[in-house]
Amino acid sequence: MTTNGPTFLIVEDSPTMRQLIAFALRRIRGAKIVEASDGVDALRKLSGQRFDLLLVDINMPIMDGLKLLSLVRSDPQYRQTPIVIVTTEGAEEDRKKGMTLGANAYLTKPIQTAELLKVVQDLLSQKTT
Amino acid sequence: MSNEREMSPLARKAEEFLHIFRKGEEFTQELLKENERLRYRLVQLDEEQRAGRQEEDLQIQTLRERVGLLEEEKERLLQRHREVEEENKLFASRYLEVEEENNKLANLYVASYQLHSTLDINEVLRTVLEIIINLVGAERFAIYLLDEKTNDLAPVATEGVEAGDLPTVRVGEGILGDVARSGESCYAPEPQGVRTLDPQQPLVCIPLKIKEHVIGVIAVYTLFEQKQRFTNVDEEIFSMLAGHAATAIFASRLYGQSERKLMTIQGFLDLLKQQPEERA
Repeated sequence: MTTNGPTFLIVEDSPTMRQLIAFALRRIRGAKIVEASDGVDALRKLSGQRFDLLLVDINMPIMDGLKLLSLVRSDPQYRQTPIVIVTTEGAEEDRKKGMTLGANAYLTKPIQTAELLKVVQDLLSQKTT
Repeated sequence: MSNEREMSPLARKAEEFLHIFRKGEEFTQELLKENERLRYRLVQLDEEQRAGRQEEDLQIQTLRERVGLLEEEKERLLQRHREVEEENKLFASRYLEVEEENNKLANLYVASYQLHSTLDINEVLRTVLEIIINLVGAERFAIYLLDEKTNDLAPVATEGVEAGDLPTVRVGEGILGDVARSGESCYAPEPQGVRTLDPQQPLVCIPLKIKEHVIGVIAVYTLFEQKQRFTNVDEEIFSMLAGHAATAIFASRLYGQSERKLMTIQGFLDLLKQQPEERA
């Protein structure tokens, strides 16, 4: 039996963190998860597939999360797609910067699975209504 | 006729009086009968009323008993409702606890899975760093490994601080040395809000040990701005790291050594194979 669950793109350079986020998101029924290790990898994956929500780290090699965020928001196809920043950067100016660039939520590490799931589910339900 | 005519006025008056008296008597008789009848009716009504009152009293008594029973039933239902509410609260809190435990186990599972997913020492060390950054929220920390020949602890992987800025520590000296010697973790009493780095004063120092054999320590110096203090989950992650990271580091080092030895032997064998051909 197949279910039409949401498709997530996790953009994170740490394999451990990708695994942790993916593990949490798999608790959403029918969730499909695609992983990218940096901004460029993410852009490649975004061009080939449609995603319901993106989870993006800020500090990554090659292309960081903020650059990726501004590029994604400039694409009409992804202007409305919810984006959650998941980062170690906890300063208020970093949060403001991320939100100004178009993020829908800003979570700092270490993340709490329950909080992550709540944020993701809220954004998905806002998207469908 | 003649008598009437002959009757004197007095006698006529007496006759009239008598007549009126008889009428009065009849009327009185009737009144007495009516009175008798009414008294009888009154007695009947009294009896009926008494009987009715008794029936009413009985009904009221029955109704009161019913109300009492319903009150008891209501109280019992309210009590059950309160119990169910309490049970619900208990279940909700238990559910949250189970969820929390589930999340914690998931994190520990992912962390240990990642630790044992490679035999490359550098990847293992990077995984340990990632676990401490992402699961604990540490900003500056270092992994020290023990050189069993010199009995010194040397930093081999760091985050937020250069390895060159950290000293080599002798086993038994300072907090790091004590942890390496005793095999017991050490937590600073009040780590909240500490932002400065003192290599000799970590917020937490945990031994990396295989059973009782310590192969190194992890020293955490500062936490991220958003992380104010260590939690119970952090202690479990440190406890997991103490065993699993030590095993993963030890196994990957052994694998690296055996790989190098194998390459040396292979090179030697290749050389031996080549020599007769060259001689020929």
